[in-house]
Amino acid sequence: MTRKQRRLVLIGGCGVVLAAAVALVLSAMSNSIVFFRSPSEIATEQLAPGTRVRIGGLVEPGSVKRGDDLRISFKVTDGKHDIPVRYQGLVPDLFREGQGVVAEGVIEPGGLFQADTVLAKHDERYMPREVVEALKKSGRWKEGAIETAKGTAAR
Amino acid sequence: MIPELGHYALVLALALALVQSVAPVVGARTGDGVLMRLANSTALMQFLFVALSFAALTACYVRSDFSVATVYENSHSMMPLIYKFTSVWGNHEGSMLLWVLILALFGALVAAFGVNLPMSLKALVLAVQSWIASAFYLFILLTSNPFLRLNPAPFEGRDLNPVLQDIGLAIHPPLLYLGYVGFSIAFSFAIAALIDGRIDAAWARWVRPWTLAAWMFLTLGIAMGSYWAYYELGWGGFWFWDPVENASLMPWLAGTALLHSAVVMEKRNALKIWTILLAILTFSLSLIGTFLVRSGVLTSVHAFATDPRRGIFILAILVLFIGGALMLFAWRAPLLKQGGLFAPVSREGALVLNNLFLTTACLTVVVGTLYPLGLEALTGAKISVGPPFFNLTFVPLFVPLMCAMPFGPLLAWKRGDLLGAAQRLMTAFGVALVTVAVGFAIAGGKSVLAPFGIGLAFFVMAGAITDLIERTGLFRVPLATVRLRAGGLPRSAWGTAVAHFGLAMTLLGIVCVTNWSTERIVAVKPGQTIALPGYDFTFDGMDQRRGPNFTAVGGRFTVREGGVAIGTMESSRRTFIRGNTTTESALMTRGFSQLYLSLGETQKNGALGVRLYYKPLVLLIWLGAVVMMLGGALSLSDRRLRVGAPKPAARSRLQPAE
Repeated sequence: MTRKQRRLVLIGGCGVVLAAAVALVLSAMSNSIVFFRSPSEIATEQLAPGTRVRIGGLVEPGSVKRGDDLRISFKVTDGKHDIPVRYQGLVPDLFREGQGVVAEGVIEPGGLFQADTVLAKHDERYMPREVVEALKKSGRWKEGAIETAKGTAAR
Repeated sequence: MIPELGHYALVLALALALVQSVAPVVGARTGDGVLMRLANSTALMQFLFVALSFAALTACYVRSDFSVATVYENSHSMMPLIYKFTSVWGNHEGSMLLWVLILALFGALVAAFGVNLPMSLKALVLAVQSWIASAFYLFILLTSNPFLRLNPAPFEGRDLNPVLQDIGLAIHPPLLYLGYVGFSIAFSFAIAALIDGRIDAAWARWVRPWTLAAWMFLTLGIAMGSYWAYYELGWGGFWFWDPVENASLMPWLAGTALLHSAVVMEKRNALKIWTILLAILTFSLSLIGTFLVRSGVLTSVHAFATDPRRGIFILAILVLFIGGALMLFAWRAPLLKQGGLFAPVSREGALVLNNLFLTTACLTVVVGTLYPLGLEALTGAKISVGPPFFNLTFVPLFVPLMCAMPFGPLLAWKRGDLLGAAQRLMTAFGVALVTVAVGFAIAGGKSVLAPFGIGLAFFVMAGAITDLIERTGLFRVPLATVRLRAGGLPRSAWGTAVAHFGLAMTLLGIVCVTNWSTERIVAVKPGQTIALPGYDFTFDGMDQRRGPNFTAVGGRFTVREGGVAIGTMESSRRTFIRGNTTTESALMTRGFSQLYLSLGETQKNGALGVRLYYKPLVLLIWLGAVVMMLGGALSLSDRRLRVGAPKPAARSRLQPAE
């Protein structure tokens, strides 16, 4: 093999792998990315049923209802709109009424949100960033309301 | 008085770092030996002062001095002593102090042990190291002073986040930082080489042990973080593709590539410019990781602070160092003498392939981690890029890499014999085929990919063993000769085989857990029994306990395997002084597999919510990482890399003919 051929093989190989990686990334981007929406956005945007989204806001006080087999339903609100959410399973340690929550799942035809993941904060000083943004958008965020929101932590 | 001493020591360290940033460079330029040697003393003194500062902060925590703001925020007088120590770095300010402590430690180690380094190279390396150190001392002193006082001093602290009150905090962050920061040495060597305009095989021999050490710590640090998340977060996941985890995976991938390309550079004097670039990129990714985790752009367990000034300061450090290094690289790299080219089928070729796949895989992780941040900054749209994305991009790139892995060590330098290597791997291939068949027989076609994953893991394991058998001549020559050859085999060859074997163990664990875990999430009342395939769990009842700074409600379960009691498991929910709760999951190890039990909340009707998992071979995931680290340690003990080992003569004769 001449020097030129060797260089060609090397560059060609790199090109093939990189092209494959770009193709993988692009196809994964179009299929597996989940957008975040606030309750108001869901109410106004009319997403197609079955779309996978992440929603965030506060658990509306008085809306949590527990059923059999670890079924739980509650409403997520940003002060202007609320979305009914249904979930089966164990909710995180710090899931409380009036506190921030993020849920991931699909919207069903009736406007019900069927969650398969529910995340809450992991520290009372912390509010999920998405929730803060959603509350700010709806004008319900009060600076200093959670004065130590510089705190931390959540999954 | 103690906090002020700590603060003052840190200022002194900064002053020393500033001197060390300038004097050795001037010395190297003018050939002034005194100025160059100055870096040795300043590096050692710097470490001394940072250690003093760190000790002062530790003293504040241990004595529960709540007049210090960070102690008040993150400690409590009733916390067990071990957590008083670890909470030093369980917050933003303290963890940055740990960061610079390790940075100074590495600088001091280079100063102390880099005896055989050329004087100007060593001076430049220590200077570059000091540039980084100065930037981070300034960051701490200007934006995150851990010694800030409160007046009047509060009576009691606010307690450490309960999730962090775990032995994991004692292990995971220091190991991870030793890895992250350890790569700074490779970076400094790369920058020094670029400034010097000279680079040769010897450079790789000096850089490799540092890189190897950093890589070992990072490997173990990531694994320990993963195990911690597994048992602490209560739902048995071992890797979440969370941006903060990716932040540690990115430098690991780049660092692994760097380890392999440095071998090519050392042995064949090729891939020089690429190795330099990788050294820069690896540490850059460590810095990006620090930025992601520490700046508050991500919200997670790790983001202690969301003060925007800190984010901007770290971003500035990031731009300065990464941008500066890459500009220097663009300017100086073309001036470096190019190494030779080589045949595609050869050990070098295989290592290039390894680098290609590792860096491409790293790139997909970078895209998946940074894309959501970029998109939000540009359009305001918030997206989450989770496991599905990485399963579709990272995994397909890692599979061919692992397929090729057993071939690499069996190919000769310069010109390899692919067919010969394939023939020698026939046994390994046979082992893989058998395991695929067994996998299908057990899985019954439920998951098509899983048996192939297992086959791949066994192929790599058998390949690593084949490599050792081939080298020692086991089964072909008398046992005495084998022993002789095994003794004469370079430690790095053992290291390679062991590390590759470890990676395959991790793969095996991951494949088994992701495909064959069983889980039940149910509500139970005392006396009821829950069944998992093969195991029964009887809920015996609840009991209450008091810990030093929490109260716990525990649920006791008797575990039976095939009707025979094999033990009890007790998971508890702890309520801490500050009012928040954590779940302590219960683990029972069965061979390499584990039973996992964690409590949820009590239901309306008095039943207890419970998560139960059977995780087959889950321990292999982390044991594999430990084995990888041991491989690294074996390789590190190789004579060639030992500090002070004589330079092999007549390297130049091994130059390629072209």
